[in-house]
Amino acid sequence: MTPTWAQLVYLACAVGFILALKGLAGPRTARAGNLVGAGAAVVAVAVPFFYLDLDHVALILGAIAVGTLVGVLGARRVQMTQMPQMVALFNGVGGGAAALVALLELTHMGAATPGFDLAATGFTLAVGAVSFAGSAITFAKLQELMTSRPVVFPGLPVLFGLAAVAAVVLAVLVVRDPSVPLGVALAAVGLLLGVLLVLPVGGADVPIVISLLNAFTGLTVAAGGYVLGNVVLLVAGTLVGASGTFLTLLMARAMGRSVTSILFGALRGGSTLGAGVASDRPVRSAGPEDVAIALGYAERVIVVPGYGLAVAQAQHTLREIVDLLTERGVRVDYAIHPVAGRMPGHMNVLLAEAQVPYEQLVEMDDINSEFRHTDVALVVGANDVVNPAARTTPSAPIYGMPILDVDQARQVVFLKRSMRPGFAGIDNELLFDPRTTLLFGDAKESLAKLLAALKGL
Amino acid sequence: MSDPIAWLTIFVLSVAVGIEVIAKVSSTLHTPLMSGANAIHGVILLGAVIVTGTTESTLALVVGLVAIVLAAINMAGGFVVTDRMLQMFGRRRPAKDAASQRGSTR
Repeated sequence: MTPTWAQLVYLACAVGFILALKGLAGPRTARAGNLVGAGAAVVAVAVPFFYLDLDHVALILGAIAVGTLVGVLGARRVQMTQMPQMVALFNGVGGGAAALVALLELTHMGAATPGFDLAATGFTLAVGAVSFAGSAITFAKLQELMTSRPVVFPGLPVLFGLAAVAAVVLAVLVVRDPSVPLGVALAAVGLLLGVLLVLPVGGADVPIVISLLNAFTGLTVAAGGYVLGNVVLLVAGTLVGASGTFLTLLMARAMGRSVTSILFGALRGGSTLGAGVASDRPVRSAGPEDVAIALGYAERVIVVPGYGLAVAQAQHTLREIVDLLTERGVRVDYAIHPVAGRMPGHMNVLLAEAQVPYEQLVEMDDINSEFRHTDVALVVGANDVVNPAARTTPSAPIYGMPILDVDQARQVVFLKRSMRPGFAGIDNELLFDPRTTLLFGDAKESLAKLLAALKGL
Repeated sequence: MSDPIAWLTIFVLSVAVGIEVIAKVSSTLHTPLMSGANAIHGVILLGAVIVTGTTESTLALVVGLVAIVLAAINMAGGFVVTDRMLQMFGRRRPAKDAASQRGSTR
């Protein structure tokens, strides 16, 4: 069995993971926490090489090297705006790995294996496959390889139900007769379930599903740890499963949704999305000079940054504009919606990249009462987080989500590429409000023109 | 497996710890926290190494090596991407830096 020293090292690694999560929950300790976690992971993976008489060591080390290289290169190359889909991708391969490990465990098992072990293996197979396939679909949605709108077809709830039943039946069969073909069938049903689970989820809710799938993968790792009799897998997996589930609930609450309505809302019908095409109602648009005057002679301006700003890489230009306005004596803040960007906290990451001073970033709850006293609210590349439909239209998919009260400002300026609706795929009534001005164009170009116009004031 | 009750105890306590450690996290850190937790479950690499190193058939070996590659991507990529995000938060050079940038753009 596992020698005592190895068990003690595993225990230390498990404590390392606890410290890592603890650290990640606070801004000052987050980076150190992440490094502690990485260190614990490296040590944990090194241990079996020293006490087990492993075969194929060269091949194993080669595979670790390949995976590490791919992971590190991907992680370094990815743009900050694409972070959510990268997290989804990493989660998916983790779930896939857990399912494959379970499949291999199955080959070692027989009728003498305890039922608990077999049940845990079946769980890992099915849920690992769900996580893999579900993450692949979330990746495709976020990367816009497919539509980010809910995909629902008539038989979907029935098919989902049948697949779920099939998964349970197959899992029971695997426990009674641990054969590899049955395991493969269970994994295949898991893949189908993963796809069906995520297809009906709409764009803005995808990040919450990533968090949920993340928790799923954690639980599969915990189950794998139970089967292998490895405490570090059990503790690490359980930690991620529990904290991930909790994080999912926190994120859903921040958006004013319930997890069930996110997962199954589109299936029930009613909350499906609007037309998703550009409306042809009249809007007021203006040139950069007009907007510059409105901003330059205002007393109070609030900037609402969104994903469109980050995609256009226009954060630096925006910061120059804000600096210029501040010099002119205008009081300017950024209003940060908790789910601006593609994930909770994503916008803070994007603005931090542009070195926007922290003091100017104000959280939604603190700034919402200020809009009433604001001359101009400048919305750059955001849409859903300022859409009053969240308050007024029960049928809207974002109904109930807390929004920034931009509609209470004396004047609203939208910088938009086109009239295309936002990520959630619904029109924004605010765009047609008489107090609203639109400045069409790529955020970077528009802001550059705005900056030039401001300098000329 | 030696003692299911011992394992159940560890499991339940880990659930409690998992919830407790992130109980008061601000939404600013949701994304890095999710990504960091994601990297931690990459420790399935350990399981992949053990099952691959104790397997005989060629097919199983291939499956095991695929599992190792996937798990290593999850683990290494997860920690690196989390660190990159957190680096952004670390760069806190507010007023002074803003001033120097402003000067250089004139």
